[in-house]
Amino acid sequence: MDLRFTPEEQAFREEVRAFIRENLPKDIRERMYLGDKASKEDIVTWQRILNKKGWATYSWPKEYGGPGWTPIQKMIFLEENLLAPAPELSGFNITMIGPVLIQFGTEAQKKKFLPRAANLDDWWCQGFSEPGAGSDLASLKTSAKREGDHYVINGSKIWTSTAHLADWVFLLVRTNPNARKRQEGISFILVDMKTPGVTVRPIISIDGAHHLNETFYDDVRVPVENLVYVENKGWDVAKFLLGNERTGIARIGKSKERLRFAVEHARDMRAGGKPLIEDPAFRQRVAQLEVDVKALEITQNRVVSAAAKQQDGKPDPLSSALKIKGSELQQLTTELAMDVGGPLSMPFWHKNGETLSNEPELGPDWASEATAAYLFLRAASIYGGSNEIQKNILTKAVLGL
Amino acid sequence: MDFDLNDDQRLLQDSVTRLLADRYAFDARKRYLQEPEGWSTELWSQYAELGLLGLPFAEEYGGFGGGPVEVMLVMQAFGRAIALEPYLSTVVLGGTAIKLAGSDAHKSDLLPQIGEGKLKLAFAHGERQSRYDVTDVLTTAKANGGGWVLDGGKSVVAHGDSADKLIVSARTAGEREDPYGITLFLVDAKANGVARRGYTMRDGTRAAEIALSGVKVGKEDVLGDPGEALPVIERIMEAGIAATSAEVVGAMETIHSMTLEYLKTREQFGQPIGRNQVLQHRSADMFVALEQGRSMAMLAAVSVDEPDPKERAHAISMAKVGVGQAGKFVSQQGIQLHGGIGMTEEYAVGHYFRRVMVIEHMFGDTAHHLARLADQVS
Repeated sequence: MDLRFTPEEQAFREEVRAFIRENLPKDIRERMYLGDKASKEDIVTWQRILNKKGWATYSWPKEYGGPGWTPIQKMIFLEENLLAPAPELSGFNITMIGPVLIQFGTEAQKKKFLPRAANLDDWWCQGFSEPGAGSDLASLKTSAKREGDHYVINGSKIWTSTAHLADWVFLLVRTNPNARKRQEGISFILVDMKTPGVTVRPIISIDGAHHLNETFYDDVRVPVENLVYVENKGWDVAKFLLGNERTGIARIGKSKERLRFAVEHARDMRAGGKPLIEDPAFRQRVAQLEVDVKALEITQNRVVSAAAKQQDGKPDPLSSALKIKGSELQQLTTELAMDVGGPLSMPFWHKNGETLSNEPELGPDWASEATAAYLFLRAASIYGGSNEIQKNILTKAVLGL
Repeated sequence: MDFDLNDDQRLLQDSVTRLLADRYAFDARKRYLQEPEGWSTELWSQYAELGLLGLPFAEEYGGFGGGPVEVMLVMQAFGRAIALEPYLSTVVLGGTAIKLAGSDAHKSDLLPQIGEGKLKLAFAHGERQSRYDVTDVLTTAKANGGGWVLDGGKSVVAHGDSADKLIVSARTAGEREDPYGITLFLVDAKANGVARRGYTMRDGTRAAEIALSGVKVGKEDVLGDPGEALPVIERIMEAGIAATSAEVVGAMETIHSMTLEYLKTREQFGQPIGRNQVLQHRSADMFVALEQGRSMAMLAAVSVDEPDPKERAHAISMAKVGVGQAGKFVSQQGIQLHGGIGMTEEYAVGHYFRRVMVIEHMFGDTAHHLARLADQVS
């Protein structure tokens, strides 16, 4: 038993770190460090730099342009990217629609969409949840009726992250309302966001920002060649998509980065007449989080090592544990970073318009942005299968209850 | 990275697990508790035959050259059965002391005897006033001709009542809490001036209060250099933390599987109680805690031989906290989910609970190690 990375893996980490250091534009890194959510422009810029290097498609098979990395290399790459901190690759493009098309798509679909997804020429978004279908996804109602060479789609989707920025959406739609089992009447279909009848309405989240949307489909006509896999077999595609690529699910790099951020800024803040970093209660909180991050890191390494040796590609039920603990730690570390700022973390500077030239600047930005990250990541335990759903999965898969 | 066991390690794990499955059913354990030593001398001989008692010692001393991972496997199996024998005291704590600080003569004399099951040791370091402060040693050793005379007392010495020899820390220089001036002595448990009061701990294991008055030892009974024992004591405790971390993982495994079984079979309101989602999720939380604890016990095992003392102490403290918190949660929920039956002496889960509780209070508790880690935040 050896918990250390091999010299080859260490060298790989150095290579990734050096590449990111040399190629990540300074202004993007600065914005990421402050805790800002990356803009579309920043994400596109960074993903194209990585794509040129052949790394954007880090999880794709070699014949589709992937670098052919082991699960451990993929994990190292994702962690270094988060630690930099650099914008994360578009998950919709790289870990969702890409692998789905590689697994289920026609040759024409692959040819049309894969290179553009890799280079972020098309920005994809996901249309799964509906107002009446959240955790119980199979109860979705948005319908697609076949009319000649087209499907006609009617209904609405909710929580459609980045729909307002997107070129394409992959949708789950009901093609057979009379199926014996609800799961058997669902299809997976690709829709150009510019198609007449598609409307996007923003949902502002508690961080004050616009990530989420409601999307409406009114008699949207989609050519049948945009169906992925087989009509009424969309549930299989969705299951593959949701179970695929769990390497980065815990986002440990994010929690580590936030911890480091909190400790750095704690040197400049005061508590009891001393720097906050010297406050025993604060230090204890940091130490506790370091312990929890360390335990999760080893657990993740166990999962990834097992995956590297496993042949059947079945998802490890322990990945539900990674999701639960990983999201909790993202929440606790962003909360810590926010608390470092104290009252300075509470103003919403951005809401107060431009600073006049004769006024001191409002800020510090890092404190306000730390709060934005804290607020946004309350969603970490809700999205991607809520932590309660993850516990249901664990209950069935591992515990046999 | 490699989390797999090699063939020898798997064989070791299988044979210990099989022996304990045969011989350490809960009813058998109750009988061992009634034996004069409070554990099974017969099983102790079996451990010797199986090679467990010489496991971590070099072959030249009749051992098997195993390392901390092998010890982890054995301790984890012991944890699953909450075995009572003085393995931790003799092989892990005593063995580490002799390996690290003993002379060649000590090693060639004592290690083979441990391996054969003929010599039992106890680590007599803590004192009534010291709580978790390792440097708080008031017991004194004064030079006397060529040897030393020991006076003082040692408290809550695990398996101190049945040990043949005690490894006693005493001040040969300095004041209370000075890091320098502590020395380790090998003391015959039956020597003149040694008085032992044995008793049972809350988990059924044995321990003793030890009084030392005018105990004479020779200069050949000093382990290591006089006054320089603190780093050795710390490493003995680190080895103890790694071993008990594995033991807690084993105990958590049993608690968790017992609890699952209970959720499936206990019926209330006309159905198994495990149909209630609140209990399902609690058991999922127990599973996550168990796996996080397992990761930390692995960290402890691979850190025992880490040469950098700061890095080693840091990793071991992290493991003590991680395993301590996991163990507390899993064992407390194990009682809670069993309801009333979990509160009874006749049912096993409460015994596992108490073993985890006793281990939490050995070698510094979770709060102690968390405070140590907090000191190192930078």
